[in-house]
Amino acid sequence: MKICISSEGNNLDSNVDARFGRCKFFIFADTDNMKIDAVENPNTEAMGGVGIKSAQLAVDVGAKAIVTGNVGPNAFEVLSKAGVKVFTNAQGKTVKEAIGDYKNSKLTEKTQ
Amino acid sequence: MIISVASGKGGTGKTTVATALAQSMSTDVCLADCDVEEPNARFLLHPEISREENVFVKKPLLDEEKCTGCRQCVDVCQFNAISFIDNKPVFFDYLCHSCGGCILKCPENAISEKEVLIGKITFGKKENINFIEGSLNVGQAMSPPLIKEVIKQAKKYKDVIIDAPPGSSCPMVEAVSAGEHCFLVTEPTPFGLHDLQVAVEVLRTLKKSFSVIINRSDICDGKLKDFCKSENIPVAMEIPFSRKIAEGYSKGISMVAVEPNYKIKFKEIIERIKLCSK
Repeated sequence: MKICISSEGNNLDSNVDARFGRCKFFIFADTDNMKIDAVENPNTEAMGGVGIKSAQLAVDVGAKAIVTGNVGPNAFEVLSKAGVKVFTNAQGKTVKEAIGDYKNSKLTEKTQ
Repeated sequence: MIISVASGKGGTGKTTVATALAQSMSTDVCLADCDVEEPNARFLLHPEISREENVFVKKPLLDEEKCTGCRQCVDVCQFNAISFIDNKPVFFDYLCHSCGGCILKCPENAISEKEVLIGKITFGKKENINFIEGSLNVGQAMSPPLIKEVIKQAKKYKDVIIDAPPGSSCPMVEAVSAGEHCFLVTEPTPFGLHDLQVAVEVLRTLKKSFSVIINRSDICDGKLKDFCKSENIPVAMEIPFSRKIAEGYSKGISMVAVEPNYKIKFKEIIERIKLCSK
């Protein structure tokens, strides 16, 4: 299953970016085979609607869950409508640790 | 002539000055309160209210039957107000700027417009002053469409004084854009000066004629005047601090009612600007 982690850098040792919409990189990780794909966030400088745009990117790539620090209401609305689960409070961890925590159900799901 | 009164910093005396300007004119004038988030010129003017009009903006409405999921509406939206989920667009009304781009772009004519109430315009009168006030509904994120509508109504009069919202972003730009001259009301404090500098940059970008009115001009140091001098910005008027004016304000009494000699001064600066613009 593909999950998307907001990240400050482009690899597994990078820190999770606390922000979702304006994070530097999206790391897409396949939790079955640990294949990693880093995508530079094209929306960091956009004026508005960034949450929607970034959520759209994650939805289009086919992520089934988001792991981040926090998401705004717009991004959350898009993600919930698309059936993507949102896990927050992963800041302070590396991407690798966050993926591990996700796999071991250690993260809290944002439900509203 | 349309004159706007703006400031940058809030609380410098925009409404005080705008109301006083209107009250100093002997001919028919319109006072347009464009500070639609907190309109309060009426508390100084005390107009008799005659009617109200609702203001709507248009937002996209999707006909799901007709939509083929081509996604062109999503890509054309410059405000990221449309997302695409399960092969259908989802509209975020509060990010939508009502530009109509999605409607034009849709090859299936699947998007029409719905009207959304954003606020109201109140009309009133006090002596020679025709009062128009915009009031934005709580929860509405975008005030420029309402400000635009207030100005459209105000433009029916030959002379208009626009009380602009504070700040220097879209609402302020919308309010001062219609004016031929802008009075920037400021105060000689670090805060007043900083925000004036931002407002000056905005007006220069808009290529608007403007001058400064310094309120409470005798408190603090000379940095504000130095700035105006070095930037060649005319100071149209200085209003020294007056306890009498402040006390009047606290009771909703306009400054020209408290200090009638200001009427002549305000009239003078209006006449001067009218002459300059000819």
